[in-house]
Amino acid sequence: MTGDRIVLGIESSCDETGAGIVRLGRDGTLELLADEVASSVEQHARYGGVVPEVASRAHLEAMIPTMSRALEKSGMTLDDVDSIAVTAGPGLAGALLVGVSAAKAYAAALDKPLYGVNHLAGHVAADTLEHGPLPSPCVALLVSGGHSQLLLVEDLAGKITEIGSTIDDAAGEAYDKVARVLDLPYPGGPPIDKLAKTGNGCAIAFPRGLTGPRDAKYDFSFSGLKTAVARWVENRERDGLEVPLADVAASFQEAVADVLTGKAIRAVKDLGVDTLVISGGVAANSRLSGLAAERCAAAGITLRVPRPRLCTDNGAMIAAVGAHLVAADAEPSGLNLATDPGLPVSQVQIL
Amino acid sequence: MMVVPLTTVLVLAIDTATPAVTAGVVQLDADAAPRTLAQRVTIDAKAHGELLIPHLREALAEAGRTMADVDAIVCGSGPGPFTGLRVGMVTAAALGQALGRPVYPVPTVDAIAVEARSGHRLLVATDARRREVYWAAYDADGGRVEGPHVDKPADLAEKLPSLDVASAAGQGAEMYADVLDLPIALAPFPSPHGLVAVAAAALLAGAEPDPMTPLYLRRPDAVVPTGRKRVTQP
Ligand SMILES: [Zn+2]
Repeated sequence: MTGDRIVLGIESSCDETGAGIVRLGRDGTLELLADEVASSVEQHARYGGVVPEVASRAHLEAMIPTMSRALEKSGMTLDDVDSIAVTAGPGLAGALLVGVSAAKAYAAALDKPLYGVNHLAGHVAADTLEHGPLPSPCVALLVSGGHSQLLLVEDLAGKITEIGSTIDDAAGEAYDKVARVLDLPYPGGPPIDKLAKTGNGCAIAFPRGLTGPRDAKYDFSFSGLKTAVARWVENRERDGLEVPLADVAASFQEAVADVLTGKAIRAVKDLGVDTLVISGGVAANSRLSGLAAERCAAAGITLRVPRPRLCTDNGAMIAAVGAHLVAADAEPSGLNLATDPGLPVSQVQIL
Repeated sequence: MMVVPLTTVLVLAIDTATPAVTAGVVQLDADAAPRTLAQRVTIDAKAHGELLIPHLREALAEAGRTMADVDAIVCGSGPGPFTGLRVGMVTAAALGQALGRPVYPVPTVDAIAVEARSGHRLLVATDARRREVYWAAYDADGGRVEGPHVDKPADLAEKLPSLDVASAAGQGAEMYADVLDLPIALAPFPSPHGLVAVAAAALLAGAEPDPMTPLYLRRPDAVVPTGRKRVTQP
């Protein structure tokens, strides 16, 4: 066994350009050395959603400066890097290509191995940077603007199985759409969360998608919820009544948190595991994390949620997947590595 | 960066602003034309991301050189279809950062003009997709006098009398030869030699490179939403 190894992680699948640096210790421990992110979220705000070409342009502008900042923070130079990991999918095609092209150039210039990895595995791996190795198996709930999935995680370097996912909108997408209905800014998560704290989550009984006895046990649907909120608000306006914005926000948020935690805990119980990891941008939502903590405590389940900074897209989580692959002696990807915008979560690495 | 005039420079040349994935190793000596030691070019508009680095490595191997031997990088900065263009730009920038070498962006159309130079005024046009071309015009000495711009071929044809060009080069010129009605100088894509020739003076002078700004010439397609959509009948 060699000494410590330095793993560089590059992320560019959506609207965050991330460069992270992780030290893989001789004993397999991970130490986070740097985690620098440049976000183009403000450039997308006026469009009410991520514009792929705007995101790709921002990645090109941010890639080198973000890498420089990460190196500076870690006290490393690129010559200290032993392996390079990069998000190869899933994500926006043009955006992924910027990060993968940069990663290949670093790998070729430094003559170091390259690992093209799965972004979703990265969200799970982010937790190992904060809370150490995951018990195997465990269940992970990934919730963000782009994904809403339940995963059975047996091995971060190889065996991740999707057990459920959204059949329409991602949870974060529903937040963005409801924010527009309530005239709140994009992205919708933080303003709805803030407004909801002053409202009553039981005031309006919004529908819980796919929770009927015949529905898929672990799949999600948020499209009907979003429409129900819009219809409720429009009906109030039509009747000339005041819209209780805080109650709408709180009741919507309650419906989302109820379904996400309910299904996640059911999966944990059904599969006989003892740990639930919640990650992704929506994991920072106060009602989701609060309700999950309550229900996990009641069910005797260990809940792990990385700090908000590690929940949103970043390069450190990609470096963490890379470190798991290096530790497992995985074969590196070729320098002809292709991106895969629709990469399934079961494929942790593209060779 | 310190200005140190050099007598010989080993250059990696990259361009991904056209359907050609272009990579080459070029030696530049003072007072001599750039000499291409090895190059790899594949015409495949969808494969820039996959092929560029393998092409560079193959060219370096054929030239008997390594990354450590590289003194500078030259990269076509477009104009070109965005996704492909960015592959070359970010690759060049990251190589420069990792190797600690300067990266010089050069307009891709200028590199094509070098290969098509004939002592007369020249038009260079590349394929901008959506039935448009990116174009620029050059004087008899090869200096760019107009562009780069993006236009419909018919609109460009209307400007030709005032541009007073004798011939045209670039894949766009070939595609719309019937509209432009100009003799074609065969140089559909940029070459490593042409790219390095454009930057030769700066390379030999060890000049501070220009910023790595891609020539997009078009705004991103994006619509600002107007008001919210109703789900109930008004
Ligand atoms: Zn994500």
